[in-house]
Amino acid sequence: MSFEEYKNLWVFLETEEGKAKNVGYELLTPGRRLADETGEKLVAVVIGKDTEEVVKNAVAYGADQVLVVEGYEYFNYNTDTFSYALEQLITKYKPSIVLIGATNNGRDIGPRVACRLRTGLTADCTGLDIDEETGNMAWTRPAFGGNLMARILCPDTRPQMGTVRPGVFKKGEKDETRTAEVIYEDIHLEADKVKTKLLERVKEVAEAVNLEEAEIIVSGGRGLGEAKNFSYIRELAEVLGGAVGSSRAAVDAGWIPHAHQVGQTGKTVAPKIYIACGISGAIQHLAGMSGSDTIIAINKDPEAPIFDVADYGIVGNLFDVIPALIEEIKTLKNS
Amino acid sequence: MDFHLSEEQKDLQALYQDFAQNEVKPLAADIDREERFPQETVAKMAEMGLLGIPFPEEYGGAGMDNLSYAQCVEELSRVCASTGVIVSAHTSLCATPIYLFGTEEQKKKYLVPLASGEKLGAFGLTEPGAGTDAAGQKTTAVHKDGHYVLNGSKVFITNAGPADIYVVMAMTDKEKGNHGISAFIVEKGFPGFSIGKHEEKMGIRGSATSELIFEDCIVPEENLLGEEGKGFKVAMITLDGGRIGIAAQAVGIAQGAIDETVPYVKERVQFGKRLSQFQNTQFELAAMQARVDAARLLVYRAACAKDAHEPYSHLAAMAKLVASETASDVTRRCLQLFGGYGYTRDYPIERMMRDAKITEIYEGTSEVQKMVISSWMGVK
Amino acid sequence: MNILVCVKQVPDTTEIKIDPVTNTLIRAGVPSIVNPFDGYALEVAVRLKEAVGGKVTVMSMGPEQAKAALKECLSVGADQAYLISDRAFGGSDTLATSYVLSVALKAVEEKERAPFDLIFCGKQAIDGDTGQVGPELAEHLGYAQITYASDVIMEDGMLQVKRESDEGYDYITAELPAVITIVKTPFEPRYATIRSKMAANKAVIPTLTAADMPIDTSRCGLKGSPTKVKKTYTPVREKHGIKIEGKPADEAARELVGLLSDAKIM
Repeated sequence: MSFEEYKNLWVFLETEEGKAKNVGYELLTPGRRLADETGEKLVAVVIGKDTEEVVKNAVAYGADQVLVVEGYEYFNYNTDTFSYALEQLITKYKPSIVLIGATNNGRDIGPRVACRLRTGLTADCTGLDIDEETGNMAWTRPAFGGNLMARILCPDTRPQMGTVRPGVFKKGEKDETRTAEVIYEDIHLEADKVKTKLLERVKEVAEAVNLEEAEIIVSGGRGLGEAKNFSYIRELAEVLGGAVGSSRAAVDAGWIPHAHQVGQTGKTVAPKIYIACGISGAIQHLAGMSGSDTIIAINKDPEAPIFDVADYGIVGNLFDVIPALIEEIKTLKNS
Repeated sequence: MDFHLSEEQKDLQALYQDFAQNEVKPLAADIDREERFPQETVAKMAEMGLLGIPFPEEYGGAGMDNLSYAQCVEELSRVCASTGVIVSAHTSLCATPIYLFGTEEQKKKYLVPLASGEKLGAFGLTEPGAGTDAAGQKTTAVHKDGHYVLNGSKVFITNAGPADIYVVMAMTDKEKGNHGISAFIVEKGFPGFSIGKHEEKMGIRGSATSELIFEDCIVPEENLLGEEGKGFKVAMITLDGGRIGIAAQAVGIAQGAIDETVPYVKERVQFGKRLSQFQNTQFELAAMQARVDAARLLVYRAACAKDAHEPYSHLAAMAKLVASETASDVTRRCLQLFGGYGYTRDYPIERMMRDAKITEIYEGTSEVQKMVISSWMGVK
Repeated sequence: MNILVCVKQVPDTTEIKIDPVTNTLIRAGVPSIVNPFDGYALEVAVRLKEAVGGKVTVMSMGPEQAKAALKECLSVGADQAYLISDRAFGGSDTLATSYVLSVALKAVEEKERAPFDLIFCGKQAIDGDTGQVGPELAEHLGYAQITYASDVIMEDGMLQVKRESDEGYDYITAELPAVITIVKTPFEPRYATIRSKMAANKAVIPTLTAADMPIDTSRCGLKGSPTKVKKTYTPVREKHGIKIEGKPADEAARELVGLLSDAKIM
């Protein structure tokens, strides 16, 4: 394998029904930084149907070039068609680095393609940089439930591939004046090689939970004691215009749906303000929120590990503290 | 002397622990507060084979030993004493006498469904006027026309109501005192048999404790368990075995209290120190754990003696005496370490203290255990 | 339906603690368990077998001790188990692991003289958390793959898989054989019974080594792994924030909001 042939940094922009997942745009932020560092091009890869808007956004968020594969079969995700298209593009254009959002589909296509190319893939990265010593991509990821961080290189094969959790990076500022080269590739897998078929899509009209996008998150944990006490969390979130999150304990207890869970087995979030109420701060939880700008903890146990990561903390009974806090915030707003 | 568990016993102990922690513990506070019999747990235990641990597979049992059975009751009681006694009363007091004294037909008809968990069992000996003094039985059984007619009542019967099969003692010959007592297998639904008053109890509130009422209750003569007039012996041998179950329950309760207390004292801060840093706390817990382990060894020794078919009445009595008093004392001391919080229902420790007391009373009070032990010692 | 479930023995990561002095993982005394997602996968497989008939085989790559995990699987519904174990496999990353599993799978099929119709894996292992072995195994075999499935049924001979999506879920069908990875299911895995536990305890589990299968050992272990762990470290999270302690709720709340507003956070 001649490494010189492999250059440029790719970001896979996952689409579904013509819309891109946010994580793709988020990845253009570190992508831009790393491409500038290595002096390579930042390339956005779009596979989908009706992708015009996505292509425009990719450029506005910093791509130097966009590779597009369009077709009816790409309206919804399919392992075989998408992995074939991505593999064909990689084989033809030989990128050095490929970043993929660690969504369910990203984590479906990533290993399928990496395995086909016999290259390494690092999952669920939370940190991306160039290894000074070797010039390889250095992937940082949590393991052992967030107890351990690992720095991983892929020195002997190309491309170097990794998936990155949504919410780890933030979307940059859109610059609509940017222009970039857009290349359309016509790639279609023969129908008889498609082994899975979508029978039905069910969109659940669940309460909209968009934790990754929220600027303020108020989370509740075991300390709430029972499901109905989530009203305290909801009320505080409402006053602040924030979203409601939770620890795994509260989800396991059945007090709130899994979509609200923050942490290793839930969502990774990095809001401006994260308020943890009645959450002790198990390492699994910290793994999902320690990137928040400001962390506030309310807990009756002064020794709770959540205070180790909190910028501000109140030791006290949350059932007294939260209503008092709501009053104070209302006063502040009115002043 | 070998203090090691076999691979099987270790494996099963892990299974009991897993089940107790995940399925039994979450219900413990609720069934106590609501005084509710945990039917759903009984169904799960039946499925897993926990209701017939010491009986041979040919009778629907698991083919394990009494030690493993005791460990099951211990692990269940560690998180919920009510659930522990449901298994103990069913296994030791109902299925065991049928296994030991039943005819082949009786075993097929009653032991198989009991051991496989399809049916739940109970045992009726105590009467309003005959508690520790079992010979004072007033319930009578009159033999006529191919059946027995039972009249009288039994009180404080564990599993009464939910149980399907009852082993019941009644006088077939009042003149003969103890030798006039006979044992019977009575099914729920026999004419003239009904469940009376439900007792509201201080502890083990999730276990059903009710009265059995016999009003001209017709019991087929083939349901006589053992010989006529040998019922007292059936009852005494049954209670000997039952004591191992209750002693295991007591060890479980005591260990459960320590389990709850250790993390609490490591968290709770007073005078700027964690409670666990005070020597009083360290010494208290150390002494408690040593006592619980001592009691546990007595229980295991009694179970092993039973498994080895050696005399074990006195061993079971010692185990129950020590374990039950340990449970009462340890739960009380643990609650003291919790302080005011321990007195509230926010923590399980007050429940454990309430649950512990009964182990000094049922299936032979501590005083009865001392009688058994002193009699074995020849101190008369 | 001939079903294979791939399982991994993992340390119970919820029990892992950090040594406060050395800031390293304390692994001693941490119990080894069957990866919970593999447990869900096994339950789905056993339910499917109970519905349509067939057999469930479990396979694990790991050291001799991993037999304990396989016995655990035998006690909750698996019919037979294979351990895949060889020094040459140690240190494998996901690409090398999935390669070994793909060769071992073929070796088991050969031994049993029956091809597998479905292969189940947990969505990821709780120690590595990569979720890559399932899809990579599917790729090595050239089989269909469906990841993040919460339920699998056969209806009128057609496979129907409920897959989690961002907006809800998708129903997907696939040609057999297929590899399916399983998320936490709405139902809990069954408990062992005393009898199944004792039977599993007595079970003899065959071990397949590199010598027992046509494997290219240069593609196994560290040398067959394209990803290299350069270093590991425990994340340092200590912050020295402001803690308001021992004050009545209203006073504490006022102080906090004051601080936040002074710092222009709120």
